[in-house]
Amino acid sequence: MDIKHSTFKGGIHPSYQKELTKNKVLRPVSPPETVVIPMSLHIGAPCNPMVKKGDLVKVGQRIGEPNGFVSVPIHASVSGEVISVEPRLHPNGQKVMSVVIKNDMQETISEEVKAKGDIDSLSPQEIKDIIFNAGIVGLGGATFPTHVKLSPPPDKKIDFVVLNGAECEPYLTTDDHLMNEYPEKVVHGLQAMLKVLGINKGFIGIEDNKPEAIEAISKAITDNDQIEIYSLHTKYPQGSEKQLITAVTGREVPSGALPMDAGVVVSNVGTAAAISDAIKTGMPLVERIVTVTGSAVKDPQVLTAKIGTMVRDLIEECGGFSEQPEKVINGGPMMGIAQFSIDIPVIKATSGILCLNKKDAYVKEPSLCIRCGKCVEVCPVNLMPLYISEHSLKGDYDKCKSLHAMDCVECGSCSYICPAKRTLVSSIRVAKREIVANSRKGK
Amino acid sequence: MVGELITPVFWLGIMGLIFGGGLAYASTIFAIEVDEKVPMIRGVLPGANCGGCGFPGCDGLAAAIVAGDAPVNACPVGGANTAKKVAEIMGLNADLTDRKVARVLCNGKNENCTEKFIYYGVKDCKEAMIASGGSKGCQYGCMGLGTCERICPFDAIHVTADGIAVVDPEKCTACGKCIDACPKFIISLVPASKGVHVDCSSKDKGKDVKDVCTVGCIGCQICVKNCPEKTISFANNLAKIEYAGCTECQICVQKCPTKAINSQLKKLDEAANS
Repeated sequence: MDIKHSTFKGGIHPSYQKELTKNKVLRPVSPPETVVIPMSLHIGAPCNPMVKKGDLVKVGQRIGEPNGFVSVPIHASVSGEVISVEPRLHPNGQKVMSVVIKNDMQETISEEVKAKGDIDSLSPQEIKDIIFNAGIVGLGGATFPTHVKLSPPPDKKIDFVVLNGAECEPYLTTDDHLMNEYPEKVVHGLQAMLKVLGINKGFIGIEDNKPEAIEAISKAITDNDQIEIYSLHTKYPQGSEKQLITAVTGREVPSGALPMDAGVVVSNVGTAAAISDAIKTGMPLVERIVTVTGSAVKDPQVLTAKIGTMVRDLIEECGGFSEQPEKVINGGPMMGIAQFSIDIPVIKATSGILCLNKKDAYVKEPSLCIRCGKCVEVCPVNLMPLYISEHSLKGDYDKCKSLHAMDCVECGSCSYICPAKRTLVSSIRVAKREIVANSRKGK
Repeated sequence: MVGELITPVFWLGIMGLIFGGGLAYASTIFAIEVDEKVPMIRGVLPGANCGGCGFPGCDGLAAAIVAGDAPVNACPVGGANTAKKVAEIMGLNADLTDRKVARVLCNGKNENCTEKFIYYGVKDCKEAMIASGGSKGCQYGCMGLGTCERICPFDAIHVTADGIAVVDPEKCTACGKCIDACPKFIISLVPASKGVHVDCSSKDKGKDVKDVCTVGCIGCQICVKNCPEKTISFANNLAKIEYAGCTECQICVQKCPTKAINSQLKKLDEAANS
């Protein structure tokens, strides 16, 4: 089929390191003894636990009641007994109310889990309800509830759905494996989303360093008019929502606006596959693919893990640490969050666990800005990171706002390229937080 | 010759009178009403326009005091005398006796509190907060990276060698800048005259506090039970002294098993010996 090529302005070419797991076979992690399921697996209000200590739960049973519109239910990922409901460490560094389940290894499936039929026989609202009830959120890392994304206000006309298979983060091959193994799920999930929105045009954007995935997906596409593949130039942050929209549709999301303002809904390929599962088998989102990789892991792997599996178990599955890790990151090296403990559960946002040794995690001491302008050159949203950072460090957040700090996508390209190794993106993040806090205070 | 001079002088004089009359009229019609207290307060302020109060000069401070945006003792240069005069003008005498100072409600010095990880980033509390809430073992504790120290206009708060920020009550003017700047929200205003404080802000349960800090409030409520004035309240796993009723008897200081309640006064036994 005809494959289109495109990209966006700016960006960087970090060392991709994908070969560590590229050719590994996707396999499930051995069943965990216990799982810890935090009641906050998505952006938005945390769920209220629906079970108590001593309750018996089955796979796919609802254990967390959503709390508000931007919230989705949470389901048990294993069958067994609830041994406690208590605050446990969450990958965000805080303690979050969690349900701890002891696995009885029976894999008893809940009665609630049953096939929902096919897309043609379901109405858009029914599909949307299935997506909500299955607890599906954006699996790219932001974990925004998908049913909200698929409910644009009536005055916003949506023209396209773009599936994000770029996976521009170095090291990670999660989406790559998903697209290779389950291309039909990705396409089926996209068709379901198109039906919900009542439109007939979808795109799948994949970086050109994944030729096998592009081929697998093109084979799975049955209707070439409805769904098109874009082969994207391999460049970071190609998988950033707004950059992807520009690359694929040529549209630009206005400053301060959402993709829906440009008439586009963007979703991760993993999310589409989860939607497909929820419709075909009725199984809610209780597992995801995780890349466990990095220089400090003995045998890097790509694993299918139950939500709530401990990161420690995942690393042990990969043969443990080959040397003392200096840094363990939840996510990729560019946007992931460094963790201080490996006793944290896999959550819906965990796309990868990256363990770096001392050499790879080395951070050079920052020096003074030499005004070379490289950060301006690479910024995918055309900001001037050096000035925003400078004003942020001085505490002049109003000036940061006037320099459009709020449009920063926090991709980290500026910090990466900076020859003085200034921590530009973290000071811009401070400015963004302060601007939001000040506007709440009404200053 | 003389005639040539008379005409322009005459007309200039007439014009001068007209414009002068216009200005005089305008100054009454468009006069800006100034609270008479503003020039009075301006009169008793030192007039150095140093900006130490955080307002644009003494005029700015005088206006702010009258508008209620600044306390009567906001001038750090004038000190108590100026504050007294300003209070008289404002008709507020009570404010003086109730001077407040900021206090960092955390005693989690490096020796008392654990660290979760090594933080490599910029030495700023707000930046450190982004990295899993800072490296301090206690998520409520002072990180000691000095955001408050840098924002204080009076050089009144410093990060000590022990790794926590401490306020100098002599220099503190209760301007509130550090309170706004602290991302952990652990600085609050306390009466300068009181010497007994709960130096802990942790809302965690006792066991979790003990795991990370040796001087944290573990919520045992011994102080609540033993306070003869019943002026210690307890909420969110944390004891709080209601300063209005505190007689500084220091029984709570003695009873607190983790020494989370501190006293700046002489210890009871020392006082008895002397």
